[in-house]
Amino acid sequence: MVKLLIYGLLFFLFFILGCKSEKSSEDAFEEEISLTDQVSKAKQIIYGIPSPVETAMLLKRAGAKYSQEFLNPIENLGNYTSTLSMALNLGIYSADLSFSSLFEQSQASIKYLSACKKLADDLGILNAIDKTLITRMENNITNKDSVMEIISESFMNTNSFLKENDRGEIAAIILAGGWIEGLYLSTQIVKNTDYNQEIMERIADQRLSLYTLINMLSTYKNDMNVKKVIDMLQKIKSPFDKIQTKSSKIEVIEKNGKSYISSTSEIVFPKEVFDELEATVAQVRYEIIK
Amino acid sequence: MKKIIFIVIFINALFIYKYGFTQCRTFAKKVCKLELLPYVHDGIYNATVLSEGETAELYKTFYAGQEYRIVICSDENLPPVHFQILDTDRNVLYDNRQDNYSKIWDFKLQTSKQLIISVQVQTSEELTDHIASGCVAVLVGFLNVEDEFKK
Repeated sequence: MVKLLIYGLLFFLFFILGCKSEKSSEDAFEEEISLTDQVSKAKQIIYGIPSPVETAMLLKRAGAKYSQEFLNPIENLGNYTSTLSMALNLGIYSADLSFSSLFEQSQASIKYLSACKKLADDLGILNAIDKTLITRMENNITNKDSVMEIISESFMNTNSFLKENDRGEIAAIILAGGWIEGLYLSTQIVKNTDYNQEIMERIADQRLSLYTLINMLSTYKNDMNVKKVIDMLQKIKSPFDKIQTKSSKIEVIEKNGKSYISSTSEIVFPKEVFDELEATVAQVRYEIIK
Repeated sequence: MKKIIFIVIFINALFIYKYGFTQCRTFAKKVCKLELLPYVHDGIYNATVLSEGETAELYKTFYAGQEYRIVICSDENLPPVHFQILDTDRNVLYDNRQDNYSKIWDFKLQTSKQLIISVQVQTSEELTDHIASGCVAVLVGFLNVEDEFKK
C-alpha cells in the first residue's frame, strides 16, 4: 500500500517536473487521446460563432436604433428554472446587455447585467465571472469602450470556464440563445424601419453563422437539451435556405498596411422570405422567453 | 489492489487534464488578449493544447465592413506556428510564412464570408526524442468604430 502511494506520488512529481510543455512521443500520444472531445483524427475543428458583442456592433453600424420594447423583459427572469431555459436566456440577456450597452443605455445595461449574473449563478457558473463585475460596470458606465471590454471579458470567462469543466454543451446553448436574440432584434428593427437594406444584408449573412452553429451543436447531439436547440434552429434554417446568393472570386488587396478582402456578392432576399423568417424567429424566441 | 492503482492513475490523469486546460485559459486571457489592442475581443474563447505537427482549424463568419484582427499566440516553448486564412474552397488568402511567421493579421471584407483559420505547430528542426506541446490560442477582435468601412 505504501509502495503504491509512493508510485502515485512519483507519477505526480514526474508530471509536475516534466510539464514544461515537453513530453515524450509516447506521452504525447496518450495525452492526445485524452483531449479528443472535439478533436477529429487529422485535426481539431473549432466553430466560431458571432458573440452577442459582435452582433450588437454589426447592428449599430448598419444603422439600427435602440428600442427597449424589443428586449426580453427582466420580469421574465423568474420563469427560467430548467437548465435549458436558463442557458438559452443567459444568451438572450447577454445579447440584450450588449445591445443596450452599445447604445449607451446605462440603466438598462446594469439591469441586464444583473439578470445575466443571476442566471449564471443558477447555472453554477458564477465563479467564472468576476465578483466585482457590477461595480466595475457601474464605475465605467459612461465609457462605452470599457463597458464593451467588461462584457467581452465576462463572456470569455463564461465560455472558457464551461469548456474547461466539460460543460461545452451549455456554452454552445448560451451562444445559440445569444445568436437567436441577435437575429430577433435585427428582424424587428428591419420590420419597424421600412426594411433597412443594410440590416437585411447582415441578416442574410447570418445564414453562414447558422450553419456553423448547427455544426457546433451537433458535436453534442447526444445531449437532450442540445437536440431541442438544434430543432429550433432547423425551423429558422428553412426560410434562410430560400435566400439566393452569388459571389465573385475573392481577391486580397493590400491598402495602408491592412489587407482588404475584395469580392462582390448578389443576394436575393425577397420581402416574403424576410417576413417568413421574421415570423419564424419571433415564434422560436417566444417559446424560449415565455 | 488493481482498483487502487486505477484510482491513483485516474486522479493523476484528471489533474493533468485540468491543469493543461486552466493554463491555456490563463495564457489566452493574460498574454494573447493584449495583442488584440486596440481591437475589442469578440468574447469567444478559442484555445487548445497542440503538439508539434498538429493542426487546428477555426471556421468563422466575418462580416462585411467590419475591421478585424486575428491574433495567434502560442506557448513560448513551441516552434513557430504557421497559420493560413482560407476561403471555403480552401484558396489561401493569407499565409504568415510569407510574413515572417507574423502572429497578427488585420483585414476587412467587402462582403461577408465564412473563412477558415488553419493553425499548425511546426516541427522542431532539432533532432530530439521529445515532442513539444503547449497552448495555442486564436483570438478575434474587431474595431469598435462606427462607419469604419466607409472611411
